Amino acid sequence: MTASPVKIRLEQVSKAFGAKVVLDRLDFEVASGDTVVVLGGSGTGKSVLLKHMIGLLRPDAGRVTVDGVDLASLGEREITTFRRRFGMAFQEGALFDSMTVFENVAFPLRRARRGRAEIEARVAECLASVHLEGAEGKMPAQLSGGMRRRVGFARAIALAPEILLFDEPTTGLDPVIKAVIDELIVELQEGLGSTAVVITHDLDSAFRIADRIALLHRGRIVAYAPPEEFRALDDARVQQFIRGLASGPLTD
Amino acid sequence: MRLPGAIETFLTEVGRFFEILWRVVAWTPRPPYDPRELVRQMVKVGVDSLPVVLLTSLFTGAVMALQTFATLKRFHAESYVGSLVALSMVRELAPVIASLLIAGRCGSAMGAELGTMRVTEQIDALEVLATDPVHYLIVPRVWATVLMLPLLIVVGDAVGIAGGYLVSVVYFGANPVSYMENTFQFMDLGDVTSGLVKAAVFGLIIAVVGCQKGYFTSGGAEGVGRSTTRAVVLASIAILISDFFLTKVLY
Repeated sequence: MTASPVKIRLEQVSKAFGAKVVLDRLDFEVASGDTVVVLGGSGTGKSVLLKHMIGLLRPDAGRVTVDGVDLASLGEREITTFRRRFGMAFQEGALFDSMTVFENVAFPLRRARRGRAEIEARVAECLASVHLEGAEGKMPAQLSGGMRRRVGFARAIALAPEILLFDEPTTGLDPVIKAVIDELIVELQEGLGSTAVVITHDLDSAFRIADRIALLHRGRIVAYAPPEEFRALDDARVQQFIRGLASGPLTD
Repeated sequence: MRLPGAIETFLTEVGRFFEILWRVVAWTPRPPYDPRELVRQMVKVGVDSLPVVLLTSLFTGAVMALQTFATLKRFHAESYVGSLVALSMVRELAPVIASLLIAGRCGSAMGAELGTMRVTEQIDALEVLATDPVHYLIVPRVWATVLMLPLLIVVGDAVGIAGGYLVSVVYFGANPVSYMENTFQFMDLGDVTSGLVKAAVFGLIIAVVGCQKGYFTSGGAEGVGRSTTRAVVLASIAILISDFFLTKVLY
């Protein structure tokens, strides 16, 4: 484990939807200031894991703590305020499609009751950091997939959060845009000095941006190591994922 | 113990209806207030529905006059057409027919809008951005519909009576003065207000059911389609059933 303190900790977290068990007594820790990538095949519950970290989903059993605070102990209003520490970028951006780019990025600032001048300055700053200067007046429908995600990033960093969560930021994008997004994630994380958790099944991205890589399989974290160690891990599941083999322990 | 599917579905829907209703009531007094959004929704529900309400009320009143004139003539009671048209419109037809149309127009739109926001994770995004989705999305829609429906129905009442007048006076050649006299002869304020109370309740049903179906959408584009259809069907059924009980209570 790294020397820095633990930012997010999941202990024995279980979650099932109906009969389908998604997380099964999962243990996981994210150290403060790290960029952690969680790998896993489609439908392995990566998004579910992410949504537990921010309290969008509550575990059936187990505990999720952020900075030592148990999310389950927070009331409806407290968790609302607590969430300002997080910025979350959704898979397809999840921009509010009735609002312009400016209004989307300004949304969290307005909810936090910042002044008009401050909002304008901060929106411009955030759009600049995702290299989308001048897009303020556009509607989400006018943007490409990659641009929508970048606006989503800008909205996520508006309140300079301590923790950044990215849900499949590069899925479905072309290789060049992927590389751009990866660089952006590193820039944003370093710029804010925040802790980042990135969910993906994209290996190139993972090795480009991660301080540590985890593999989620059957509701548990089965491997967790820095990139070079991860690549060399003597674990059949890790090796199957890295090599992209059709048969192996992951698919059995 | 597992309940049979249909009963379980029914109870789930009823439970969700009251859950949303309760959260709307609980969140209404809390800041931040958003009068601009309320007005935007009122325009959408009220102003934009006006042409539909005008047209249907006019023809409903006209058909009522056509039907009752032919029938009452057999009893030489055609002088009562005005009362019959006016009372039926005000107490029953204007609120119910307009509400059914608005369920199709606005309830479906709410189901589709919130459903799309759900499946594209915009509702999750609201929560992440420290905003309660019921407070932000549903409260203004419910209030706008509850406030606008009675106003629409007042207009519908007047236009329906005008439709009956046109058919009776212009087509059947009834005496205009005595027709108008007869129209208001048996009507009192209670007839109008009870129609408006109905309208407000129907408005509540339309908005809560529409938002509820949207809010609990799952399953992508297909799910949005399902929510939209179900919003209209459920709201229409609920309107007709509650109409029976409201009529019973109000008279």
